[in-house]
Amino acid sequence: MSARHYVNPEPFDPLDVERLTPEQEKFYTASQWQLMWWKFRRHRLAVISGAFLLLMYFSILISEWIAPYNLHSRHPDFIHFPPQEIHLFHEGAFVGPFVYGSTFKLNLENLKREYTPDTTVVQRLRFFCSGDEYLFWGMVPMDFHFVCPPEDGTFFWLGTDRLGRDVLSRIVYGARISLTVGLIGITISFVLGIILGGISGYYGGWVDSVVQRIIEVIRSFPELPLWMALSAALPVTWDPILVYFGITIILGLIDWTGLARAVRSKVLALREEDFATAARLMGAKPQRIILRHLVPSFMSHLIASATLSIPAMILGETALSFLGLGLRPPITSWGVLLTEAQNINVVALYPWLMLPVVPVILVVLAFNFLGDGLRDAADPYA
Amino acid sequence: MLRYVVHRVLIMVPTLLAISLITFVIIQLPPGDYLESYIAELQAQGERIQGDKIEYLREVYGLDKPWWQQYLVWLGGLFRGDFGYSFEYEMPVSDVVGDRLLLSFIVSFATIVFTWAVSFPIGVYSATHKYSAGDHTLTFIGFLGLATPNFLLALVLLYVANVWFGTSIGGLMDPQYLDQPMSFPKFLSILEHLWVPVVVIGTSGTAGMIRRLRANLLDELQKPYVVTAKAKGLPPFRALVKYPLRMALNPFIADIGNLLPQVISGAAIVSIVLSLPTTGPMLLRALQTQDMYLAGSFLMLLACLTVVGVLLSDLALAVLDPRIRFGGGQSR
Repeated sequence: MSARHYVNPEPFDPLDVERLTPEQEKFYTASQWQLMWWKFRRHRLAVISGAFLLLMYFSILISEWIAPYNLHSRHPDFIHFPPQEIHLFHEGAFVGPFVYGSTFKLNLENLKREYTPDTTVVQRLRFFCSGDEYLFWGMVPMDFHFVCPPEDGTFFWLGTDRLGRDVLSRIVYGARISLTVGLIGITISFVLGIILGGISGYYGGWVDSVVQRIIEVIRSFPELPLWMALSAALPVTWDPILVYFGITIILGLIDWTGLARAVRSKVLALREEDFATAARLMGAKPQRIILRHLVPSFMSHLIASATLSIPAMILGETALSFLGLGLRPPITSWGVLLTEAQNINVVALYPWLMLPVVPVILVVLAFNFLGDGLRDAADPYA
Repeated sequence: MLRYVVHRVLIMVPTLLAISLITFVIIQLPPGDYLESYIAELQAQGERIQGDKIEYLREVYGLDKPWWQQYLVWLGGLFRGDFGYSFEYEMPVSDVVGDRLLLSFIVSFATIVFTWAVSFPIGVYSATHKYSAGDHTLTFIGFLGLATPNFLLALVLLYVANVWFGTSIGGLMDPQYLDQPMSFPKFLSILEHLWVPVVVIGTSGTAGMIRRLRANLLDELQKPYVVTAKAKGLPPFRALVKYPLRMALNPFIADIGNLLPQVISGAAIVSIVLSLPTTGPMLLRALQTQDMYLAGSFLMLLACLTVVGVLLSDLALAVLDPRIRFGGGQSR
């Protein structure tokens, strides 16, 4: 703009007010996914949750490195050992991360194992070191860990269980099973939900009625008793890995009803749209119309609701394993770990055995927040 | 209205039949039957097998017949109130189940009342004080309740109840009332024990309820008629209660259908942890020992409880909402 305000040498442009600023231009030309991402980014809690979950899922790729001990290594001298604190300063001097040694005494009156920290023995933790041996991904023998116990000491940051196994290591390994149960289960329920919901909404009529009745029947069963009954039907003689897949399939088989309902209502609304009619007139088969034309237009909603139903599966697996109907050792999931905390004595005497519940809570919360954020973002034009 | 009720009840019939079929298939799924595991157990203990009794049972319950015949026999029994025979307890299922079902019902009912009582005021507060510190805190607590596995919360509360209030561990009443007829002290004792399971089971449902009520109420509060009402000088409280709240309550009632299976699920696992004399522990035991008629009856009855609950909520909705009443019987 020129400083001489009394005359503007530029030709007058009547469209000037309607012209878009670069930011607006960017906004109006952005793709739908771009808009969703911008909207999602504004939901700070969801972003943090998403990052946390990514981190957790990344950790299951390298569980062996993160865990200070092997999953199965027992320490018969350290049974029900309470959590060890990590210290940085010893008598005012900085020594870096270390733990104190401990002395063990069996209380002969109540037969309780009593461990007292011995503050004269300073044992420094080792980092990027070789410790317990393991098979990386069950295949490659290695002994690398990010953190190792001191040379002649122990590092039970979260204590040990009744066989003297390190709780922290077991939680780290348990993530592998607990986190994937939800993913596999949701995949099954996603596929079922889209197919059955799509068919039911697209065809309508008696097909719709039949699918709706099936959904109604399945939803009438209380989830947990039904899960219990189905997993009790898994033969005891099965390999634990088979049981794992059995459980995930059971979780998925019952969960699809909610998704199917969502898909159906969306398909019902969209199938009369012009683009669907156009596709039909051009001779597209129903399968193609549903999967190529209808589903993509509400995929984002589906992803959001799928995210919201993963926590139910994780909690379901935890509950089933806790009851002894789900996964069994040697498979280690958070639910299996919690079977150790089955009676009130544990709460009173060894409360650290309940710690596997912390990652369960965090992951379930994170999935809920992430799902909320995704749901808000799923409709970027709102 | 009558047409709607009749239509709604008739729809239930095929649903219940399908439920019974699924139940039967599920309890048939495990390989072998109770008698086989029973024989194996006896043999393991080195006992002689009463061959004639087993033959008798096999014949009475047709365990040697194909499964669909067994199903028809079982289904026929259901109509006559005969749920079959519990192998483990050696008596008719209906005798074993009766009390426990009643207690399950009491616990579920108390839990739903609790869920409403808690989530209603919190939901309203959260909606009217949107994004305030209180809203965030309450929402977070709700989420925490949703995310904590019920059974662990039960354990911790059990411990707390025992240390702080001296309530005896587990059960639904003090031991001395166990086989007593119902009396006022017994009733008090039940109340004293009931709060732990009710709170624990309630936590998971409450969060969902709060969020739904909050979302519904927020939607309503943005509508022009509320603005009009306020602009015309209606006091804020009346402007909230008179219409928006009533509108937001509809889904609340419709939600019994979702809440009930959830509560019954929660009750199952919590009562196993707390060893309540409800259906949960017995169902688990029956599943483990392949006591098929007992397990089947439990599944069937729990599902029926849900179906009836959904029916009641649909009817209540129809009473409240004329659109449903005259809508020609569309369900929800």
